[in-house]
Amino acid sequence: MAIPVRRRAADIAAFVFASAATAFGLLWLFWILWTTLRQGAAALTPELFTQMTPPPGTAGGLLNAFYGSAIMVLLALVVGAPLGVAAGTYLAEHGRHSRLATVVSFLNDVLLSAPSIVIGLFVYELLVVTAGHFSGYAGALALAMILLPIVVRTTEESLRLVPDQMREAGFALGLPRWRVTSQIIYKAALSAILTGILLGIARIAGETAPLLFTALNNQFWSANLNGPLANLPVVIFQYAMSPYDEWHTLAWAGAFVLTTFVLMLNLLVRFLARKGTHR
Amino acid sequence: MNDAATLVRIETKETPDLPAAPGAILMRNLNFHYSKVHALKDVTMTVPANAVTAIIGPSGCGKSTLLRTINRIYELYPEQQATGEIIIDDRNVLDRRYPLADLRRLVGMVFQKPTPFPSSIRANVAFALSYYERLSKSELNDRVEDALRQAALWDEVKDKLNHSALSLSGGQQQRLCIARAIAVKPEILLLDEATSALDPISTAKIEELIHELSERFTIMIVTHNMQQAARVSRRTAFFHLGELIEFGKTSDIFTNPREQRTKDYITGRFG
Repeated sequence: MAIPVRRRAADIAAFVFASAATAFGLLWLFWILWTTLRQGAAALTPELFTQMTPPPGTAGGLLNAFYGSAIMVLLALVVGAPLGVAAGTYLAEHGRHSRLATVVSFLNDVLLSAPSIVIGLFVYELLVVTAGHFSGYAGALALAMILLPIVVRTTEESLRLVPDQMREAGFALGLPRWRVTSQIIYKAALSAILTGILLGIARIAGETAPLLFTALNNQFWSANLNGPLANLPVVIFQYAMSPYDEWHTLAWAGAFVLTTFVLMLNLLVRFLARKGTHR
Repeated sequence: MNDAATLVRIETKETPDLPAAPGAILMRNLNFHYSKVHALKDVTMTVPANAVTAIIGPSGCGKSTLLRTINRIYELYPEQQATGEIIIDDRNVLDRRYPLADLRRLVGMVFQKPTPFPSSIRANVAFALSYYERLSKSELNDRVEDALRQAALWDEVKDKLNHSALSLSGGQQQRLCIARAIAVKPEILLLDEATSALDPISTAKIEELIHELSERFTIMIVTHNMQQAARVSRRTAFFHLGELIEFGKTSDIFTNPREQRTKDYITGRFG
């Protein structure tokens, strides 16, 4: 049977519109990647990963910034992810019918949408003012506080997606709740929970505002978490605002590496999510 | 009556009809509420041990609720409440002091949709087993094999015990769930429309299995399929709007029902 012309026209119009919208969305991503790559190309050398941030007018790399960012994100992950998974588990499993869970869930939403600069200021007052100096610990704490509500929310959502029948089947065997949760429900929701954590990492890897108030920056190599620590977002910020060409190029290169890292994390997320549904 | 022993233990004098066989289920004045809905009304019935009892009735009549009351799975939902007595092996299992783990070890349950856990076939069966009993690795393997054999699944899975349970077909998954339930050696098996999501061949296999298992277990099946009730059960109970309308030998219920409502239902006039 022939398809009526009007329906065909509508189909083609919808297809064109949807494709155009997709292309429009993708355009920015490739534009960003292309611009950062082109502008930073001169600095994308092995030295980028082996040299320290240089004084104006000399060549160098971003090693101390990469290291500082990595260590703070890692520390934030170690603190924020287990706490977030535990709280999300409480909300989805233990606290289901309790009023407390409703309140906690609401407060978590507030924290989730709190501007990151506010979190930076809070940690500044809490750790930097009291200690008298900026520190990597303060930076990691600020990042952990941004990561936490993301992991809480995604863990709760992932656990809620596991059908109640799975829980009932576990309980019907007489297993206690902690066993049902840890050995059955977590397994069923594993890829979704990991996805949430990875998205959280992608989010905090690029946070600048909270680090300005906490870890600040460091021109030199430092592995001391109890002092100012170099980190990629703040270095990009400072170098991009500077009047020096070498610094501009390094800032572009740093931006390219950061964008690529976040893109890779997202690809990993897609891979995990697919693995989760195909089992 | 404040004494725990008197509350939990039922004197046999009061209940001369109490069946001696372990695994029989005696329900007395059982009522069930879903917050405002009165789902079971004063149900009193005795389910015989080591036989299949079918529960039939139109949707929403309380069939599934009845099963969910026996292993107290309803307690997961705070707004659901049961009152009355369910006596198994001389003890009222609805008593709050009756430990849930003991009850659920005594009473296995299989659900409408197969619910394999996202782990290996072996782990699915071993889960509850290793929780209740301290077994060596070889003992555990023996018990897993034993349970899978009893569920008529061993020959199909013996070479892939470490494969994901989710790779099995629907009928195999359901038999795995039965194996999982009987691995801990319960006395009672509750099957809540356990074949309604399966194809006819898988259904036939499970019905055959139910028949074999009834020698060792007290089995209650809830079913929408009246031919199934007639095929597999020795006794049948008909429920309507939360009330037990008629309970008797399956052959009597289907050929010579006493109640008009039973007759109307089995001849397809409602439901």
